[in-house]
Amino acid sequence: MSLRAYSVLPGFGPALGFTLLYLTLLVLLPLAMLALRAAGLSWEQFWATVTAPRALAAYRLSFGAALVSSLVNVAWGLLVAWVLVRYDFPGRRVLDALVDLPFALPTAVAGIALTALYAPEGWVGRLLALAGVQAAFTPLGVVVALTFIGLPFVVRTVQPVLAALEPELEEAAATLGADRWQTFWRVVWPALVPALLTGFALACARTLGEYGSVVFIAGNLPLQTEIAPLLILIKLEQYDYPGAAALATVMLGASFLLLRVVHLLQRWSRVHDEPS
Amino acid sequence: MNQADPLVLPTAARAAEPLHVARGTRRPTAEPAPVRWLLIAAATLYLGLFLVLPLAAVFTQALQHGVAGYLAAVTEPAARDAIRLTLLTAAIVVPLNTLFGLAAAWAIARFRFAGRGLLRAAIPLPLAVSPVIAGLIFVLLLGARGPLGPWLADRGWPVIFAPPGVVIATLFVTLPLVAGELLPLLEALGAEEEEAAVLLGAGGWAVFWRVTLPNIKWGLLNGLILCNARAMGEFGAVSVVSGHVRGLTNTIPLHVEVLYNEYRFTDAFAVASLLTLLALVTLLVKHLAGEHTVAEPGAPRAGREAP
Repeated sequence: MSLRAYSVLPGFGPALGFTLLYLTLLVLLPLAMLALRAAGLSWEQFWATVTAPRALAAYRLSFGAALVSSLVNVAWGLLVAWVLVRYDFPGRRVLDALVDLPFALPTAVAGIALTALYAPEGWVGRLLALAGVQAAFTPLGVVVALTFIGLPFVVRTVQPVLAALEPELEEAAATLGADRWQTFWRVVWPALVPALLTGFALACARTLGEYGSVVFIAGNLPLQTEIAPLLILIKLEQYDYPGAAALATVMLGASFLLLRVVHLLQRWSRVHDEPS
Repeated sequence: MNQADPLVLPTAARAAEPLHVARGTRRPTAEPAPVRWLLIAAATLYLGLFLVLPLAAVFTQALQHGVAGYLAAVTEPAARDAIRLTLLTAAIVVPLNTLFGLAAAWAIARFRFAGRGLLRAAIPLPLAVSPVIAGLIFVLLLGARGPLGPWLADRGWPVIFAPPGVVIATLFVTLPLVAGELLPLLEALGAEEEEAAVLLGAGGWAVFWRVTLPNIKWGLLNGLILCNARAMGEFGAVSVVSGHVRGLTNTIPLHVEVLYNEYRFTDAFAVASLLTLLALVTLLVKHLAGEHTVAEPGAPRAGREAP
């Protein structure tokens, strides 16, 4: 039996060969190297490294801030997607295009801009100081930076679903006597849940390993405002390669798990969409 | 089955409706005006706070020492070196990853073979890897203590803490971007036109230049511009492999960090504003390319005639 189905189109061999070679050299081999380095530690050493108090504190901050910022983005992302799809108002197209800014703006630039805004003497920091809140150089600053980074994900996953929702469904609900609020919760919301969950998981995966936008605003104090990627970098700079590899393996495992969740969610939502 | 079809009819039906039924009445599927305006205000406030304010901050901070100070910051020798390395990196990375994107999309979207699903799943992996880890894996592989490090050093080819390391790390983080644009596009287009061209006697290159490329050009442009933006702006991965050697391995984002850590804030923002302008141009081109892609998920409002 042949390993591929017959096609009249040319170029299969070179295209696949180049793809495999490129992917192996640039992605698979280097990632395997990481696992190999981490495997150089005995199980006890590995466990001691990844459960050291400083490592645990860094994980707690990275995972916690990713979770909180992604939840913020689920709520506001749904609102933004709704407004951009359903309403027409001056400036809508500009705002719609700007949603992708966190994808396009280099993270270091985002980092220094957010720090300037949220520092105690910055435009936003001054207002927060009146309320007795300090954002820059605290865990709240980390959440602010990650909220910026994760902003496009929920908006961009919900937008197409909302746009494709058939108006007949809402019209039917209204005809049957539902008010707007009931229609939203009983008709629109269930259709959006898979997209919201996908956006949430994508935002988590992206913000979990974020470095550039966070290091400027975080303060970077060990045990308090030090994110996991920074701790990996510090271990690397101290030539503790196995330690850096061990921490990186844990982070990478979490990221790939999230990616798998996204994949399953997307399959689930496709099953839901498919009219049998 | 054509996935776009169910989308077409409602759009056309909606367009045929009268825009306003009568003054003072609202359609039962629309929110009352005060609710509508409240939601618009809240969304605008959120986007203003997180997207517009940082942009405004970059440009106001950059111009604090006036236009002369701004020009001095972006034309000093260290800044020029950083700009040169960033342009060089992008000039190597973007074509290579475009080639990869075309090859991968062609192989995966046009052929059925064993392991296809696995290959498809492997391409987005770099996007899930933290930039710091992306840098780390190349230090582990190519650094002085890695398996290839001594071999490279013997030949006098320093990679880590040298420009090649910057290029390789950037190749890794931007690898999926062109492929990620082209793959769904090629799959949505289907192979019929290309198969017809082959059956009519066209060779491989003729099919590519005259059938495939015209169909995917806007998606390709989109991928190129995203790849370029990320290549010029990558910070974490490049920071790990560069060693911050001034004039040799500093890219624009790394130069921004150096200036910032030296408390030269205005200069840092001046250099950062170059990258911000690049980001804004990227968004503009992406927006224009999106308007040309028919029924693309990202452009749900693109008008389309009912068949």
